[in-house]
Amino acid sequence: MSTVPNELRYTQDHEWVRDNGDGTVTVGITDHAQEALGDLVFVEIPEVGRSLAAGDACAVVESVKAASDVYSPLAGEVVEANEALSEAPERINEDPYGEGWIFRLALKDPADLDQLLNAEAYEQLLAEEEA
Amino acid sequence: MGQRTPLFAEHQRLGARIVPFGGWDMPLHYGSQLEEHHAVRQHSGMFDVSHMRILDLAGSEAQAFLRHLLANDVAKLKTPGKALYSCMLRDDGGVLDDLIVYYRGPDRYRIVVNAATAEKDLAWMRTQLSAFSAELQPRSDLAMIAVQGPEARANTLPLLDPALREAAGALKPFFAAESGDWFVGRTGYTGEDGFEVMLPADQAPAFWQALHEAGVRPCGLGARDTLRLEAGMNLYGQDMDETVSPLESGLNWTVAWEPEDRPFIGRAALEAQRKAGGLRRFVGLLLLDRGVLRSHQKVFQGEQEMGEITSGGFSPSLQRSIALARVDARIGETCEVEVRGKLLRARVVKPPFVRQGKACISLD
Repeated sequence: MSTVPNELRYTQDHEWVRDNGDGTVTVGITDHAQEALGDLVFVEIPEVGRSLAAGDACAVVESVKAASDVYSPLAGEVVEANEALSEAPERINEDPYGEGWIFRLALKDPADLDQLLNAEAYEQLLAEEEA
Repeated sequence: MGQRTPLFAEHQRLGARIVPFGGWDMPLHYGSQLEEHHAVRQHSGMFDVSHMRILDLAGSEAQAFLRHLLANDVAKLKTPGKALYSCMLRDDGGVLDDLIVYYRGPDRYRIVVNAATAEKDLAWMRTQLSAFSAELQPRSDLAMIAVQGPEARANTLPLLDPALREAAGALKPFFAAESGDWFVGRTGYTGEDGFEVMLPADQAPAFWQALHEAGVRPCGLGARDTLRLEAGMNLYGQDMDETVSPLESGLNWTVAWEPEDRPFIGRAALEAQRKAGGLRRFVGLLLLDRGVLRSHQKVFQGEQEMGEITSGGFSPSLQRSIALARVDARIGETCEVEVRGKLLRARVVKPPFVRQGKACISLD
């Protein structure tokens, strides 16, 4: 059973979003996503300064099995990317909600956060996909 | 739900991620594919390969039948226990399957074919067999476990019956020994030393558990694929199939052209291909830029499309991405591969990439 921390928001594409409370959010892929992908071997992080619309493909995570796009959960600008993942993509497997974060986004409109799933809704999504 | 091997309950107990493969429910990994890969290169690992089909062939014309059926020549097999790798071709030279045939003694052979192609293979073989005096018997009563890695033989031998232990311990690579329904071949699909053990299905779980207790790590199909790719070994259905020739799949060495008067199935087609020329080359690629090569990505040299990758992935041993590709024979020393919309640089190399735990190519 994969973990779904209560304090985070989620997307349909199995990404998590942490509200940093300063108009920025941190984004990564969920425990369920890393488990489904298997051991990660390559991560392409987004460029700092890039402006993104919600749903834009902005990063790539590749596992032993397959490549998968990471989408921007909301509109905003990339203010930081996790450089450490280039050398250590396994951090996403080991600590998907912590050391395995992928990028930080300055939101265009912080109110957009409400459009994302809460933990309960994401758990429901996982349960439906299982069925 | 797919078919299950006699070891399915063991896989579940070990927490395997189960995936469908060639009609079977098989373990993909037991937690970490990368760790399983390294276990085989550095210590020992075991794979349930009971989904592969074991066929016993016996009869006064068994040899004549196989010399007709296979592109490699079983007449090379003179010592009982010796194994031979071969393609089984269609009349037009397309590859129906690749297989291993073991010579067990006069008029007796054992053949191991791929799981996904087993029914097709059996139908084809039976059609061809009608003109020969020999019997083909599928051995679904047997399971098969591949134990691979530098410590594989040492970990396996003490668990064998004394009658078989001595013979198995004395085996040279690509030879097999048997006792009763137990059959041990010093063969494999990883580029490491080891055994492939065929045994009665009902004894397989206990043997698997004993190997595990001896320190052999259970490994899934995921590690099996990265290991065989590093070893430069072809995967049927990916690197070759019915639509391509073994001559364009790096398998020329498995075609026995001599003696010239052996008319095996597909021979005329292969001879015509060889005469016509222009055959594509089957090469290895080492990615120089960052990224991961995958099957079906296109290979370029300048503006010119040269072919495509047939198997690609990340090499855990080299920590680089590698691939097998079928390309225009005029390809140079370097090329570009289209990876997710970008052209990345790769070097053309001769497989294998890794054997016996060591890199076989320069990474510069």
